[in-house]
Amino acid sequence: MAFFLAFPILSGLIILQTALVSHMRLLQGAADLILVALIAWAIQKPVRTAWSWGILAGLLVGYVSAIPFGVILVGYLLAVALAVILRQRVWQLPILAMLIATFFGTLLVHLVEILALRLVDTPLPFWEAINLVTLPSILLNLVLALPMYALFNDLANWLYPQPLEM
Amino acid sequence: MRSSSFFSLQSLVLALIIIGLIALALGGYLAPASRVLFKPLISAQTWLALRYQTIQNYLSSPQDVARLRQRNQELEAEVSRLQSEIIDLQQQLAETRVLSALVDFARAHPENRYVAASVIGRDPSPFVKYVIINRGSDDGLRRGMPVVTAQGLVGRVAAVTAGAARVQLITDPDSSVNIRLEPTAAEGILVGSLTGKLSLDMIPQEASVQTGNLVLTSGLGGNYPANILIGQVANVDREETDLFQTADVQPTVDFSRLEIVLIIVNFRPVDISPLFPTPGAP
Repeated sequence: MAFFLAFPILSGLIILQTALVSHMRLLQGAADLILVALIAWAIQKPVRTAWSWGILAGLLVGYVSAIPFGVILVGYLLAVALAVILRQRVWQLPILAMLIATFFGTLLVHLVEILALRLVDTPLPFWEAINLVTLPSILLNLVLALPMYALFNDLANWLYPQPLEM
Repeated sequence: MRSSSFFSLQSLVLALIIIGLIALALGGYLAPASRVLFKPLISAQTWLALRYQTIQNYLSSPQDVARLRQRNQELEAEVSRLQSEIIDLQQQLAETRVLSALVDFARAHPENRYVAASVIGRDPSPFVKYVIINRGSDDGLRRGMPVVTAQGLVGRVAAVTAGAARVQLITDPDSSVNIRLEPTAAEGILVGSLTGKLSLDMIPQEASVQTGNLVLTSGLGGNYPANILIGQVANVDREETDLFQTADVQPTVDFSRLEIVLIIVNFRPVDISPLFPTPGAP
């Protein structure tokens, strides 16, 4: 059930991302709805489909984007891995884990993209990319992190109802 | 007998007085007297009428408030409907203006065949400058076709699906366009950047480049047709020690507000890559 929900949710988020969110720029950075959603999903305790969501999101965004195919998939899987590790390490403070995962997840995805673009000879000044794109994007993703966490927390509770403790 | 003659005389005198008063009144001679006489009466009637109206308003007000509230709601609904209609009409007007400009552009370049498309999205990655349009191979689009607006060059089709296509903007860091400057006819290469700024490179040192020179496609390389307007030279950077001059370009197209674009469908880019020697080739 949770895996099949990934199709409509991620497709809807990609439409929102390309039609709306990508227009809302801070310097040259933009929020990444799909990445934040993946992290918010992976950070939920009962969720077991984080990797499959990551693969699906990476493939879908990789198809839509002009970034070399597979690069976004790698970036998203690294972000999911980070979120899963943080879920296990910082299990008592999921919101803190969400914020840390969003910060470092965005950084990881952007580093992978910069590296890939430089490998295909796209002239991309590293520090300019970090200052003008990555740092503003991190800020925007952090703004989105808490509402997205709340949404996916509700979704996880709905999909995986916890038994009442007596 | 005497009594009846007295009454008839009295009646006659009264009639004469009344006729006399009417005549005086009609002649306007009684106006000061009537003013003095009627003023207190009018004041008293005004006072009474106002009190009456106030009491009547007070007694009938609940019914009026309900009626006014209902009317207010109706008018607010009407205002909302009209406002949304105005927004729709303004949007249609804006689209019509854009389309009209595009039609004018197409008429001015009859040698080209165009397909119009709406911009429906931007690339999810902020590192690249691509837009997604709602026309694809079903509409005759092919990879490499130039994309323009009435203002000038936008980019070229980079990837095509059946119903949509991805367009690489000339502001993309990986984009390069061979250009010609007018009126000097100097040639160079226009490159994009991460910030969306357009720069000119590879302009020979001996070329005279001035601020305000027009930047047009040269057609060299076979990627774009010649003579499509791109922008104006905004700033020239010439160092004696460098091999080439560089310059900043102010584009004529506002890339942040792209809505409708035209794809030149009868232009086929020329692939000149086989002409370049590859390492290891005989």
